[in-house]
Amino acid sequence: MLRRARTALPGFRLSLGVTIFYLAVLVLIPLGACIIKAASLPFDRFWAAVSSDRAQAAYIFTLVSSFVAAIASTLIGSLIAWVLVRYEFPLKRVFDSIVDIPFALPTAVAGLVYSSLYAENGWLGQFLVPLGIKAAYTRLAVVLVLTFIGFPFVVRAIQPVLEDLDKDMEEAAFMLGANRWQIAFRVLLPSLLPAMMTGFALAFARGLGEYGSVVFVSGNMPFKTEIAPVLIVSRLESFEYAEATAIAVVLLSISMSMLVLINLLERWSSRHVG
Amino acid sequence: MSANHASLSSSIRQDPWWARAIMILLAIGFLTWLVLIPVVFVFVSAWSNGASSYVASLLEDEETRSSILLTLMVAPVAVVLNVLFGLAAAWAIARFRFRGRAIVIAMIDLPFAVSPVVAGLSLLLIFGQNGFLGPWLHERGWQVVFAFPGILLATCFVTLPFVARELIPLMESIGDEEELAAVSLGASPFQMFWRVTVPNIKWGILYGAILCNARAMGEFGAVSVVSGRIPGETETMPLRVERLFQDYDSPGSFAVASVLTLLALVTLGIKIALERQTRADLARHQRMADQGESA
Repeated sequence: MLRRARTALPGFRLSLGVTIFYLAVLVLIPLGACIIKAASLPFDRFWAAVSSDRAQAAYIFTLVSSFVAAIASTLIGSLIAWVLVRYEFPLKRVFDSIVDIPFALPTAVAGLVYSSLYAENGWLGQFLVPLGIKAAYTRLAVVLVLTFIGFPFVVRAIQPVLEDLDKDMEEAAFMLGANRWQIAFRVLLPSLLPAMMTGFALAFARGLGEYGSVVFVSGNMPFKTEIAPVLIVSRLESFEYAEATAIAVVLLSISMSMLVLINLLERWSSRHVG
Repeated sequence: MSANHASLSSSIRQDPWWARAIMILLAIGFLTWLVLIPVVFVFVSAWSNGASSYVASLLEDEETRSSILLTLMVAPVAVVLNVLFGLAAAWAIARFRFRGRAIVIAMIDLPFAVSPVVAGLSLLLIFGQNGFLGPWLHERGWQVVFAFPGILLATCFVTLPFVARELIPLMESIGDEEELAAVSLGASPFQMFWRVTVPNIKWGILYGAILCNARAMGEFGAVSVVSGRIPGETETMPLRVERLFQDYDSPGSFAVASVLTLLALVTLGIKIALERQTRADLARHQRMADQGESA
């Protein structure tokens, strides 16, 4: 039994009981089943499923496209956060709310729109395709849609830190003779770095697991534009449950390590602010 | 001196006008390119064949209609379940210190990190025909996977953190003094909960529920794995978007997508209004506290 510190408030057992029951039914038991199922496979079968050429290509493509998209999200997101906090301009609050749209928009809608916008006859594709930029059913398409999904995480991670930034530090640096670039790189960047890295990690983690939007835009070609979640679904559709589970466990362990990393980063980030 | 100080401060923190102009234009450009154009494109594509064809593709296609109904049934149930869970979790975590508390908090975050496809697969492994509980459920004639309960479980999984993550920090910042006072004055647990706790966190509950609802209506990956995607039976709106897209029914697909987009925009509108409301509430709380101190 979990022991608690004394307080006069009621309802500890009931509320904790409900919490643990709900978590167990929805999260712990299913994810546990996934791990047990994978562990019960003979090792050579597990290894064959996890390390097939097609699976390796899918991991690499998932990791690389999420990483590139997270870098792009960090650059774009930092710029947007900076502009929204430091400058005044017309419709600023409208643009600030627009940042939240990718959080609220269903990923299937994002995928549908992005695949149509960049098709040869689409609004943007008609200009880009003649220039040789093909952003539908290619690797670029995946990076693009993951950037759409990822950049709000960076904006929302940086904004509060930037707002609370102590202006005395910038003034002190100026008084001591620092120029604008030195202030930016020696004073601002170090204080913002933890928040930027948190945003990067959140965008990266989200990209690794993303399915709904990518399935529309990537074309899902094995060895080329197939991400790991799509490979899991394709194994399921051919009733290869064991193979699907083995790949899922690899993806699951990557997600868990990202979760640990994000928690460490957030702790570091809040220590920097406080 | 203080005037000097202010002008110094603004001159360091204010970048030259051309730098400001370039950065503002770039930021607006990125937001327009990544977000605004896509959102406008949804509605333009949906209405490209005129209003009557738009309405027809939403209401006259029987399978589209049933997908809308299914989504409207799943999302509220998932929201109610997650609100109940969120209240229980926030009460246990924000009001008590116990061993394993950090683990429970980490568990609540887990669905945000796990790929929806992995979540769906895990539910299949428990409740599917060859799953751990499959034969037991089959004997009793209970269909979970490829049916409503499976879709509900998958939706609850991916939306589980929303309400709890909203309520835990809120209840921690409010503190437990009012509840302790209520209990020591002889309130029953039930009275304390409805008269003290709920009024304090009602906007937080609504905020979490709104975000949870938006995600519940839009969930794709997990539902796609457990639902079997049977048209007219287990197809939710996002799955319907994909089906119509694959069948080259682009106007139909965009019509359903436009409804989902509209829901997302309404969600954001309510969210902004609620944030304003909570800020006003907090300010009033603060003023009352200040007055109490000065009196």
